[in-house]
Amino acid sequence: MNAITETGTAGFLARYEALKGRLPGDSTLRAAAADAFRTLGLPGAARGRRSEAWKYTTLQPLGGMSFGSSSVAPSIDIPEAAARLVFSGGAFRADLSTPVPGFARFADQPDFGTLTWPDREPMVALNTMLAEDGAELAVPEGHDAGIVFLVHLGIEGTSAHPRHMVRLERGARLTLMEISNGTGSYMHNPVFEIHVADGAALTHVRIQTEDITAFHLATIYAAVASGGTYDSFTLNVGARITRTEIHASLDGPGAIAHLNGAQLLTGSQHGDFTSVVRHTAPKGTSRQTVKNVLAGRSRGVFQGRIEVARGAQGTDGYQMNRALLLSPDAEIDTKPELEIFADDVKCSHGATVGELDAEQLFYLRSRGIPDQEARSILVRAFLAEALDPVTNETARDLLEASVARWWANGAWGQSE
Amino acid sequence: MLEIHGLTASIGDKPILKGIELSVPAGEIHAIMGPNGSGKSTLGYVLAGREDYTVTGGGVTFEGHDMLAMEPEARAAAGLFLAFQAPVELPGVNNANFMRTALNAVRRAHGESELDAVQFLKLARGELKRLAMADDMLKRNVNVGFSGGEKKRNEVLQMTLLKPRFAVLDETDSGLDIDALKIVADGVNGLRGPGFSALVITHHQRLLDHLVPNRVHVLAGGRILRSGGPELAKELEKNGYGAMLAEAA
Repeated sequence: MNAITETGTAGFLARYEALKGRLPGDSTLRAAAADAFRTLGLPGAARGRRSEAWKYTTLQPLGGMSFGSSSVAPSIDIPEAAARLVFSGGAFRADLSTPVPGFARFADQPDFGTLTWPDREPMVALNTMLAEDGAELAVPEGHDAGIVFLVHLGIEGTSAHPRHMVRLERGARLTLMEISNGTGSYMHNPVFEIHVADGAALTHVRIQTEDITAFHLATIYAAVASGGTYDSFTLNVGARITRTEIHASLDGPGAIAHLNGAQLLTGSQHGDFTSVVRHTAPKGTSRQTVKNVLAGRSRGVFQGRIEVARGAQGTDGYQMNRALLLSPDAEIDTKPELEIFADDVKCSHGATVGELDAEQLFYLRSRGIPDQEARSILVRAFLAEALDPVTNETARDLLEASVARWWANGAWGQSE
Repeated sequence: MLEIHGLTASIGDKPILKGIELSVPAGEIHAIMGPNGSGKSTLGYVLAGREDYTVTGGGVTFEGHDMLAMEPEARAAAGLFLAFQAPVELPGVNNANFMRTALNAVRRAHGESELDAVQFLKLARGELKRLAMADDMLKRNVNVGFSGGEKKRNEVLQMTLLKPRFAVLDETDSGLDIDALKIVADGVNGLRGPGFSALVITHHQRLLDHLVPNRVHVLAGGRILRSGGPELAKELEKNGYGAMLAEAA
């Protein structure tokens, strides 16, 4: 459709210039985002700035690529589900979706929300500049919307910047199963804005099984009101470079946020799990355990910050990053941070990096289990534990299937 | 069945075993007693092939094979079993799957067919019943959240399933009440026969009441200080190690 040959930051800006008359929503906001993106650039790319937030992740490989638009959707198995919203290459596919109450397309009623920071976050600026479509999902007061699948299929040679908005009114419930998949080399750069009202509960399960040559950069902003719960779990298996950036703000007393995840990486994959949890109200609880299994020459990044504001007494924050390195060439960078301005808080964080436990390995071998088999049992056990926080059965089944596939592909064997 | 000659072993630079001489004929149960830090557990670990210990001299033959040259899993396949003093927790590993994997690995090594889940469960439930253990033990993760007694019984369950030819029990009786102690003893007695031997490391005469040993050895300072019949254990129970150690010095 659009023959765009420029690459990197300039390529995205050229695309904006070409599309801007036809993009939905607030054109002033888009123009400001374009200015911000011009200044910020792609993190790590030649003209981009080095920033603390992107200390360990560079998008330089992305900077050398050019993306256009295509309407050819890959054929991919979409899980059986009562309700699903399917996007491909960033655009809604009514033909692959089912009717979902409370759903509207961003293309029809663009809503950029209030939580995001396009002026500070380069990928959010890029998304704000180029977003064409996305899912807007509203669950009314006291309603349990069950499970809704949100599927994105990446298309070779394209960049997609879907803009999603999820609003749960008081006491509402929803399990959002987000699946990112695709074929070929493409970019998927979604931005989520999530509002969880008083006593509402959103379970957000994210399964990232993008093509191994794709780029997945997701930014999620969640605001949780009094007694509300944002319970998220992200599994990163695919993509050449992936970054999961979550900003959760616990704005009402007793709000709860779980930002758990697991990354299974091999080859030269790079997975960055970055989060900022802000406790702005009393008695909030945040929990985060991220487990990494790193084989080959893969690299995992964990940056987690918990901020506790002056008035947020009784805050309970916990953050843990665990990494299992299956190869001497695998690497993990971990940077947990606490920033506390209240005096009555319970916050802890930690990180473990290791190889398999020698005592456990010996125990298994002493029972006759050969070394290689014993090692594989222990890696799988580490993974099984990573999925522990997920209690929803449908979600667990899908996650376990993804882990099993990763396993069956022999990815971890590349450590040898 | 098991012959240990002049065995010396150290951890790091620290010598622990300083020349063990021990012979356990087929069909016999031998007890090893001795003060803390005398090298009893080290002996068990060295026999099972734990890598933290360096064997610096001597040898061990098991049914004529040079056991020290074998990998831990090969020793297990040959029929050696170590019941750990502190059984290792394996979070995320289901107990039944663990035991089936172990049993099938050993069966494979013997050229026997593997057991499927149903066959294994039938076998395991039978053993559980004999050992007066709850069925849900199989559903839990290996040793995770087990009480001290449950961990020890889980070791005995593994032993009775794997049917070793030579078992080393490292203080399997420690911290057990009398009922649990009987279960451990029953587990070993159930395997007793001309083709089974055991080395029972213990601090207490109590277990030896249920599991009458053919020989009792006193290990102190990395050496076998004295050997005798079952009456030696009774003597130790009465007089302690003090007199014997003083006599040796």
